[in-house]
Parts: sequence; structure tokens; C-alpha cells
Amino acid sequence: MSVYDMIIIGGGPAGYTAALYAARAGLSTLLLERMSAGGQLGLTGTVDNYPGFDEGIDGFTLGMKMQNSAERFGALTEYAEVTALELNGNIKKVITDYAEYECRTVVIATGANPRELGIAGETEFMGKGIHYCAHCDGRFYKDKTVAVVGGGNSAAADALYLSRLAKKVYLIHRRDTLRATKIYHEPLKSAPNIEFLWDSKITDFITDQRVSGAEVQNIKTGEVCKISLDGIFVSIGRKPATEFLKGIIPLDENGYIISDESTKAGIPGVFAVGDVRTKALRQIVTAVSDGATAVHYAEEYLAESE
Amino acid sequence: MAVIKINSTNFEEIKKSEKKVLLDFYADWCGPCKMVAPIIEEIAEENPQYVVGKIDVDDCPELAIQFGVSTIPNLVVLKDGEVVNQIAGARPKPQILKMLEE
Repeated sequence: MSVYDMIIIGGGPAGYTAALYAARAGLSTLLLERMSAGGQLGLTGTVDNYPGFDEGIDGFTLGMKMQNSAERFGALTEYAEVTALELNGNIKKVITDYAEYECRTVVIATGANPRELGIAGETEFMGKGIHYCAHCDGRFYKDKTVAVVGGGNSAAADALYLSRLAKKVYLIHRRDTLRATKIYHEPLKSAPNIEFLWDSKITDFITDQRVSGAEVQNIKTGEVCKISLDGIFVSIGRKPATEFLKGIIPLDENGYIISDESTKAGIPGVFAVGDVRTKALRQIVTAVSDGATAVHYAEEYLAESE
Repeated sequence: MAVIKINSTNFEEIKKSEKKVLLDFYADWCGPCKMVAPIIEEIAEENPQYVVGKIDVDDCPELAIQFGVSTIPNLVVLKDGEVVNQIAGARPKPQILKMLEE
């Protein structure tokens, strides 16, 4: 069995940038992806804040381009989910549901997934009125009534997107102001079919065969009201994909891999890049930056451990 | 076998298949659908024991409604014309194969 110089877990922007830099630097590089290239990019409509594309680019295409950029220099991709890791020692093991691999350095780039509300019935009614991707599912709600839960940038963008399709959009947020950047505030307020439900949270789903409404509580007054809804779009942030790393690598209280701008992840030869690590700003541009940094320190580590 | 493009005309025929049928509801504008499409093609090529079809929800809204599809991709397994399994959202290959085996 050959020993790879680097195995990267996760094929989003951070992972494929690490693969590009590593392969281009002559390291034997394998990237393991559980589904397909792009990661969260695949859930995005048009990406306007990744430089170099002056008319924007759709997320899926950008993900494919990143994969091709890395494979051009010889990085390999295998489609498999990592189930176990042995990270201590010079030769590390990465085990998937199909095979076992050995390598000298590991880059964890598993990213994050949408955070759930944590209300009973949420999983059961996923896809039956409960959604996590407005750009994927919004079109099923043309001229219907929907709610967006959240107050950050993605909730604001989702509400605006849905307001152009749906008859009515409730924006349910647990505070009395939006966390979203200013650019969203005015368009949201001037959209005639968006109604804000401030200081509010969903306490229960009203369901039949599918979601038909929700019980919404005002946190300040305690008052509960029922609203009729055809769909609910949950946009309350992300949770890191680190379940399989518990007890193996240091995580913070929210599950993010504890790291800094060096991307070093607490075990020699192990790096964490992109949304999966502790950082101030989770964007494509900061993810790709991590990928390059990880390879820089991995090369240093490989030179020292020889 | 290749993935069969399904519409309301050929659907009744597909439904009658003696093999299990995997349906992939998708749309051209849906990123996760594009992510799952190559997996569906691989499954179709590697598993002649199944019939695999894809349905464009924009072309066939009536089929989307019939199967209660409001999230795409939406994967449906039919046995003897009846739904035996249905998952909303993109899934890795082993999970889709498991859906078919169940």
C-alpha cells in the first residue's frame, strides 16, 4: 500500500485548494469526498463575492472548476465517507466505508451543514414543508405562503429570494434587529410581501400530511400565535461536520476544530481548513486561503519529519 | 443501463417494470441535483437489476405533485408501482444503494 503525502477529507473550496497547492508542489495527494465536489457551494445560487468572475458564477460550476484545477496537477479524488481516523504517529490512517489509506499529513475540510431548529417532527417533515435551501426548493412555493427563520445574511438573502416567488413571506427572528449586513435591510423593508415577526421563535409545527403552519411564540411577551404556512425555510446558521472527530481532535463547544490562521489542528501533521475550524469569517475566499496555508505548513512538517 | 428520461407519457410503462425503479426528481437550476446526477448515472450503469429514471420537475410538475416532491433532488424507489422508499435531498452513493436494497 502506498503512503500518500497528504490526504484531504472533504471536497469543497478549502479541500480542493489544499489539493491544488499540494499536487502542484509535487506531493502525492488524495482527496476523499462523500458526495460530490463543491460542498456548500452546491447549495448556493450565484456566487458574486468570489473574485475573478465579473458576472458572478453559479456555485456548482465553481466547485467543479476547483476540482478540475486540482486534478490538473495530479490530485486524485475518491468518493467515500471517512468513518475512522488514526492521526497520531508519522504514518496516519484514514478509513472509509470502502478502503483504508495511509498518509503523512491529513487536512480536514469537511465544512458545515445547515443547523436545525431542534423541534419535534423536523426530520420527519424535511422536504414536506421544512427546507434548508431556499435556492433549491423555493420554486415549489410560487404564490404560496412561507416563513424564513433566522436573522443573518443567509436568512435575509433567502427571504428576499422567496419574496419574489411566494405570495407572502414571514421572517421570524428571535431578536428585534437583523444580524444581516446593511445591504439587505432596505430591500427587505420595502418588499411589500415580507412581514417581520420580531422577538419570535417557532415552538411547534402544525402538520397534516405535510407542514400546514407553525406555532410562533413572542419571546418577550410569551404570547403564542398560530400562522398558516405552506413551507418553512430554516436559515439559522451552520453546524460543523465534525461528529466523526469527537475524542480524536480538539473541538470547541460548538464542534468546530480548534485552530488559528496556521490551520494547525493540535496534532502534528494534521490541519483544519475552511468552515470546519474556528475562525471569524466563513467565506469561500477565507476557505481557499486556508487550503494554501495548510499546504505551506504541511510541507514544513514533512521536511522536518524526514 | 443508462438513466431513462421520464415524462408523463412513458411513466406508466416504467411503473409497470418488474424491476425496482429509482426515480430522481431534479431541475436544471438546482445545484444539489447536479451533485447527485453523476451518482445516479453510476448506479444505473452498475446495477442492471434496477430501472433508473430522472424526472425534470419543470417539465413534469404533475409527477412532482403526485409524489409530493417539494425538495429536490428527491429520490423515490418503486416496487411493483408502489413507493417503498423516498428521500429528499442529495445523498452519498452508499445511502442511495441502501435505499434500493431495503
